[in-house]
Amino acid sequence: MNFWKAVVAIIWKDIRAELRTKDILSSVFVFALLTVIVFNFAYELRVPSMKMVVPGIIWVAISFAGTLGLNRAFVIEQDKGSLAGLLLAPVDRAAIYFGKMLANLIFILVVELALLPLVMIFFNLSLITGPHLLVLFLGTYGFAAVGTVFSAMAVSTRAREVLLPVLLFPVLLPVLVAGVKMTGGLVDGASLSEMGNWLQLVALYDVGFTVVAYLTFGFVVEE
Amino acid sequence: MERSSRWLIVLTVLSGLGMLVAILFALLLAPNAVGLTPDETYAQRIIYFHVPTAWLSMLAFGVTMVASIAYLASNKRHWDSLAVSSAELGLIFTLATAASGSVWAKPAWNVWWTWDPRLTTYTIVFLLFVAYFMLRSAMEDPARRARFSSVYAIFAFLSVPITFMSIRWWRTIHPVLIDPNEGFGLSPGMMTAFFIGLAAFTLFYVVLLIHRYRLERMKEQVELLKEQLGY
Amino acid sequence: MSEKAAEPVAMIEVRNLTKAFGSKYALRGVDLRVMPGESLVLFGPNGAGKSTLVRILSSLSRPSGGTVHIGGLSLAQHADGIRRYLGVVSHAPLLYDSLTAEENLHFFAGLYNLKKPEPRIKALLERVGLYARRGDLVRTFSRGMVQRLAIARALLHDPEVLLLDEPDTGLDPQAAEMLHGLLSELSGRGANSPGPEHSGVERARTIVTVTHSLERGLSIADRAVILANGRVVFETAAHDLDAAAFRRLYDQYVGGRGAGPAGDGLP
Repeated sequence: MNFWKAVVAIIWKDIRAELRTKDILSSVFVFALLTVIVFNFAYELRVPSMKMVVPGIIWVAISFAGTLGLNRAFVIEQDKGSLAGLLLAPVDRAAIYFGKMLANLIFILVVELALLPLVMIFFNLSLITGPHLLVLFLGTYGFAAVGTVFSAMAVSTRAREVLLPVLLFPVLLPVLVAGVKMTGGLVDGASLSEMGNWLQLVALYDVGFTVVAYLTFGFVVEE
Repeated sequence: MERSSRWLIVLTVLSGLGMLVAILFALLLAPNAVGLTPDETYAQRIIYFHVPTAWLSMLAFGVTMVASIAYLASNKRHWDSLAVSSAELGLIFTLATAASGSVWAKPAWNVWWTWDPRLTTYTIVFLLFVAYFMLRSAMEDPARRARFSSVYAIFAFLSVPITFMSIRWWRTIHPVLIDPNEGFGLSPGMMTAFFIGLAAFTLFYVVLLIHRYRLERMKEQVELLKEQLGY
Repeated sequence: MSEKAAEPVAMIEVRNLTKAFGSKYALRGVDLRVMPGESLVLFGPNGAGKSTLVRILSSLSRPSGGTVHIGGLSLAQHADGIRRYLGVVSHAPLLYDSLTAEENLHFFAGLYNLKKPEPRIKALLERVGLYARRGDLVRTFSRGMVQRLAIARALLHDPEVLLLDEPDTGLDPQAAEMLHGLLSELSGRGANSPGPEHSGVERARTIVTVTHSLERGLSIADRAVILANGRVVFETAAHDLDAAAFRRLYDQYVGGRGAGPAGDGLP
């Protein structure tokens, strides 16, 4: 059980450091909010009802802001060489992956939970329901699962932060498509069971890429 | 002359001849498609190029992924050379696929571009390759470059079928050429030209890959010699 | 660690170690044996491969060729098991800015699976002179204080083998003195020094130190090794050498090789 102890220790360390500075949470949240507002100006009066575009707005805001957060998470590990400190410890590399990934996941979920009420008020929609949250969770999980590996790569290249969206978005596309489709379906009054194929697709993506990340993360952090 | 390079010359000449035969079949010998406007009839012949390049871009990407896995497993640099060689060809074939598809789409669908699933998927594949090369160019240390790009190639290739499914469910207007219930939508004469094209293009890919791979290995040799001579 | 009683087993055994970054070689065939309890000091000009060697020994970097055995186990195959017995101080402090000194040590104690680490953490913080600042964030620390904490971090799990890459970087003279005393103790020299009970001086640790400071380096060394151009160019038992003689040797082996300006790296 040392594996999960290490995972929890890493998550706890990230949360504690974050609560102290709130660097990631605050900048990611404000950026997500700004994205929503900018989209509002981009679409308003051009589409018959904002309800038609809100699902897209939510997912674009999450992926843009989430990318920002992922970058921060590994820059922090690199700056004082603390990632090397983690690697020196007698801890499975996969435990480091799960620790960082789950911490990233928690951060993005917290931002989403803060963002959703505002989106509800802005666009007069009901978004805090079981199915909506499930869809958000599954999509965000896929985002964190793949994004954690890619951000670990991006920060140790010359281009650093700039590279992450270029690497991440083409691989992430199915999650975005499925997320927009399902959130849109829910907004239009469909039930989740009518969108079973989309749920399966995201679940397959999440599970599949968690396994791939589990197998490859060691190659990303070790020399 | 080395035995291997003699074989390579034979293969290269064969693939050149193969391409000529494929063009001959595609443009002259294959029968006209029936029931189409004249514009569409000519445009239809693009499938003899379009489908092989599409198939090869996927094959090339698949080879990149397999070579990447082999690199991670063995830590032998030549696997990375093979991966990058194949990825470069894949990028070119993806572009050729998009270009030829666009040429066909204009008379058939009356637009150069549409968000059709296959077309969109190929655009994403193109961007995956671009990201692969951007990742490579952002690092100096060859061992790290090989490790990172190998990991990325695995993620990228595995995402392609999921991307395709997701866009397909999104919307589709692409002609389904291979319908499992009805067999090919091609007449026997067209089939001959189609498969000759497929074979010629595949041989062409293999030959290019070998040349490109040898070039990559030679580059490494030059680097090594330079280092030994103290440049 | 596994120790066979019959023959003396080297704690660290390096054979024909090479490391290439692309076509650039950082190490070109290094052979090294460090016996249990021995203190080995590595000297050499910048770019000689010292840090690369320490990174490989600490399992952070994989060699391009050759083998490393630590405690009789192959580092390539048993890195996970060996890491528990290694304590590393590197150029980077390997700490978290946004955590306090105490939280940093607590976090790493958890990763090393230490039971009840509090007394150990307290003793170490006292030893490196940071106990009064234990509740302060690392980001508020000076360079020297960060380095002190990095040293405490490396000693946290009472490692059998210490790998120190220029541990005195950024230390003020007082802290350098403290580090020096600590290292003497750990290498089994300062037998009568009044260290706190938890800093552990019962047995001599195996220590590999990279340093630029000739006098300090020699005073803790059982054996001195000069690395130049990715190779071991000179190796000697340190006790029969005085600093001046060693400097002449150093200049002779390093200065004349075009591996940097003469005397580079030795102030």
